[in-house]
Amino acid sequence: MTGTIPILRIGRTLLATVQTDLRDNVANAFQQDALSALEKGGMSGLVIDISGLEAVDTYVARVLVDTGRMARLMGAATVLVGMRPEIAATLVRMGYPMEGVDTALNLEEGLERLRLQTRT
Amino acid sequence: MTVSVDERHEMRIDTEDDIALVRRKVRDVAKACQFDVFQSAAVTTAASELARNVWVHAGKGNAVIERITDDTRSGVRVEFHDDGPGIESIDRVMAGGYSTANSMGLGLSGSRRLVDEFSIDSAPGRGTRVKFVKWAPY
Repeated sequence: MTGTIPILRIGRTLLATVQTDLRDNVANAFQQDALSALEKGGMSGLVIDISGLEAVDTYVARVLVDTGRMARLMGAATVLVGMRPEIAATLVRMGYPMEGVDTALNLEEGLERLRLQTRT
Repeated sequence: MTVSVDERHEMRIDTEDDIALVRRKVRDVAKACQFDVFQSAAVTTAASELARNVWVHAGKGNAVIERITDDTRSGVRVEFHDDGPGIESIDRVMAGGYSTANSMGLGLSGSRRLVDEFSIDSAPGRGTRVKFVKWAPY
């Protein structure tokens, strides 16, 4: 079964909550869905909550980082929130550079970060 | 020191979804070894990288996931095998940052950093065999 990632709208921000185990094709579909939703809704920000995610390999990490970079090219800010300690440790030990996307400790911090960034 | 196999699972890697199935099985075995969340994430991620390598480079192959015990500790041993094109320069691939698949090139080098024992056997036209072990803490 192929799941999908729910994307909610909060004002001008999109909130995507990633499940426990992110399959490659779900990750790829999410990238397209999120970018389309940003454009359609005229959104200024995207928050990706990965607090439920139990493993992030370099493929999934790249999809997440790339999504943030693509959103930025479109003019929207992205914050990746809730990365578990063991995932941060694993990515750093592998030598993966998580550059190009903003991160925040949790959802609340992430929304606050976006609010400050997109304030006009 | 003798190593005994307490649990053994052989899985095919034929589709992209099989990568997630391998990942899940490795996580289950890690749990049975009482790995903490850091060790579990490490071994699950390493398995995910290597399963994807099989799928991306060879199209198909298999994984053998085992829960093993030696005299003092238990661990997870995973072996991947495929009959794909093989690796021309293992040294270059293991150095990291080298990729033939338009990715980061950290799959093999990164995986090695996450586990306790890591070996790779490959040559052009001979396929690839990668094996790793991660032991539970004392």
